[in-house]
Amino acid sequence: MSHTAEAHHDDHHDAPTGIKRWLFATNHKDIGTMYLVFSLVLFFIGGAMAMVIRAELFQPGLQFVDPGFFNQMTTMHALMMIFGAVMPAFVGLANWMVPLMVGAPDMALPRMNNWSFWILPVAFSLLLSTLFMPGGSPAGGWTMYPPLVMQTGDAFPFLIFSVHLMGMSSIMGAINIVVTIMNMRAPGMSLLKMPLFVWTWLITAYLLILAMPVLAGAVTMLLTDEYFGTSFFNAGGGGDPLMFQHVFWFFGHPEVYIMILPAFGIVSQIIPTFARKPLFGYDSMVYATASIAFLSFIVWAHHMFTVGMPLAGQLFFMFSTMLIAVPTGVKVFNWMTTMWKGSMTFETPMLFAFGFLFLFTIGGFSGLMLGITPADFQYHDTYFVVAHFHYVLVPGAVFAIMAGVYFWLPKWTGHMYNEKLGKLHFWLSAIFVNVTFFPQHFVGLAGMPRRIPDYATQFADFNMISSIGAFVFGASQLLFVYIVWSCVRGGEKATQQVWEGAEGLEWTVPSPAPHHTFEVAPEVK
Amino acid sequence: MRDNAWLAGKLTLIVAGMFAFGYLLVPMYDVFCEITGLNGKTASTASAAVETDSDRLVTVEFIASVNESAPWEFRPTVSRMQVRPGKLYDTLFFARNRTSDALIGQAVPSVAPGQAAKHFQKTECFCFTEQKFDPLEERDMPVRFIVDPELPAHINTVTLSYTFFAQQRVSDARLQGN
Repeated sequence: MSHTAEAHHDDHHDAPTGIKRWLFATNHKDIGTMYLVFSLVLFFIGGAMAMVIRAELFQPGLQFVDPGFFNQMTTMHALMMIFGAVMPAFVGLANWMVPLMVGAPDMALPRMNNWSFWILPVAFSLLLSTLFMPGGSPAGGWTMYPPLVMQTGDAFPFLIFSVHLMGMSSIMGAINIVVTIMNMRAPGMSLLKMPLFVWTWLITAYLLILAMPVLAGAVTMLLTDEYFGTSFFNAGGGGDPLMFQHVFWFFGHPEVYIMILPAFGIVSQIIPTFARKPLFGYDSMVYATASIAFLSFIVWAHHMFTVGMPLAGQLFFMFSTMLIAVPTGVKVFNWMTTMWKGSMTFETPMLFAFGFLFLFTIGGFSGLMLGITPADFQYHDTYFVVAHFHYVLVPGAVFAIMAGVYFWLPKWTGHMYNEKLGKLHFWLSAIFVNVTFFPQHFVGLAGMPRRIPDYATQFADFNMISSIGAFVFGASQLLFVYIVWSCVRGGEKATQQVWEGAEGLEWTVPSPAPHHTFEVAPEVK
Repeated sequence: MRDNAWLAGKLTLIVAGMFAFGYLLVPMYDVFCEITGLNGKTASTASAAVETDSDRLVTVEFIASVNESAPWEFRPTVSRMQVRPGKLYDTLFFARNRTSDALIGQAVPSVAPGQAAKHFQKTECFCFTEQKFDPLEERDMPVRFIVDPELPAHINTVTLSYTFFAQQRVSDARLQGN
């Protein structure tokens, strides 16, 4: 190839247009956009399943669906939201923002980036196709406990292989992020100068690399137990079904933090911006994140206190669980101290970040209650657990994702979103997420079990309130789609810095961010 | 860039290592349970003859169940016994094949509480081998056990439970692709 042709190639990157731009995408911004759109679609599919669940639980008795389908909905809702909505949304945000934040021209491994995205639609097509199979979707819960999960019909191999594919996608995404962060930072950006979103994602990526292969192993054991005559979890062949729970939660608890650490990062970007003060305790934030990640590997059995553990095991897992409250508390207090005496304004991203801070902490406290072994024997598998993890995942992870989208949307599109509608979206979401999930604490404490389509009449009132909350919360997310859509279409021009208090490399590129940024590495002082 | 490929390669090795670690958890779990007796798996070796502790009475309860696919009738002939630690006892479990096919089954024992498991020793048990049943055959199957006098003092009741699994039928069904 001649020198001129090569120079020409470098300048223009004869970029494919139309569908090929997306199918063959290697640009981190295009792939980030695809991840975000994909997760939004899955958020609505998973949300529609939640609406089925809440419609059935609106009143005691069976109204709309049969119990088998109800169980399919709870199982699929969880799989869609965890692997389809929350995780890809965070990976999308990382794709868009990590190269911009560290001053890199793109992700380190752009072709693998393309692959790790395009595996996802395949994985979820496999999983969603089970809805139309004889016997229906997996219905044994997203945790896939044997021997129950072995009763899944034709959907069983689809469940296993889609989990494999989701895992491969996450692992490839994680490797890409680690390599980008470790190798492609702008000159002068030492590790302890990285923005916190980058830090939390670096640690999350390591969690993914360490935890996802264990899940892959666990589901492979399920697969060979079912079809190849192994007996990992089959007591009849000398195996132990309880062991699955240990292996699963060895993955499962780090997974919980995979879904919240990037949220911590987003909030740590937003609060200083709108408090117009630097983040309080930057170093302690980094160390707190790292300690949470470490602790996440030694607390798994608190998901299974009731299986009949010896006292020593219960004490160990109770205390290690309690220990996580310390670094998490460090983070919450740092965010509060960042806001202390700041010149705060409450644009939509800040509202969502503030809502996150308040409501996530409620979820953290109910988590502490669940971590107390003797109390957990009462709470285990009740709606209290459902309330707890929805508080950390909906006004936790999802609010943080929305905060991030509002925060960076002007940088992506070049337009300001409609602030009035954004605030309306926040208040609708914040009020009705509480209407939905707060009553579930009460019915849970009163003994209503989770994963059931029918319940005793004493729980009727709170369930009706909860369902009404869910319907309004679900509907108000359509407003979010409208706001994002109209912001993509047009609106007030965004400046380069976008927000008055914004600091960092991502705010030094024009809005909208051009297709290629930082082709010459910026200097960080 | 070579650096990127190098780091990505190292990370891929970690991924492979963690996949293997997931499998390594299986033997680790077994060893852990054997040392601590946590999951109720009974001791695989019987200790040497021990002296009978005539001051102590321990209640042993028997439970029998079949897993969902096994077409057996299966129950203990006595549901509980008062035993002296250190002394040998015999009891019988009754099983009947309810089908007109020959079946092979295997009973899997479990002892609760878990701490008692390693102090509950069976010198003879129908669970040691596969049990073949002719069509509609019924029979009593023996267990000979001894409760170790070193059973912790706070444990007064030990429950021995058997779950019967149909081995042959399951593998037939697998072969037919069900």
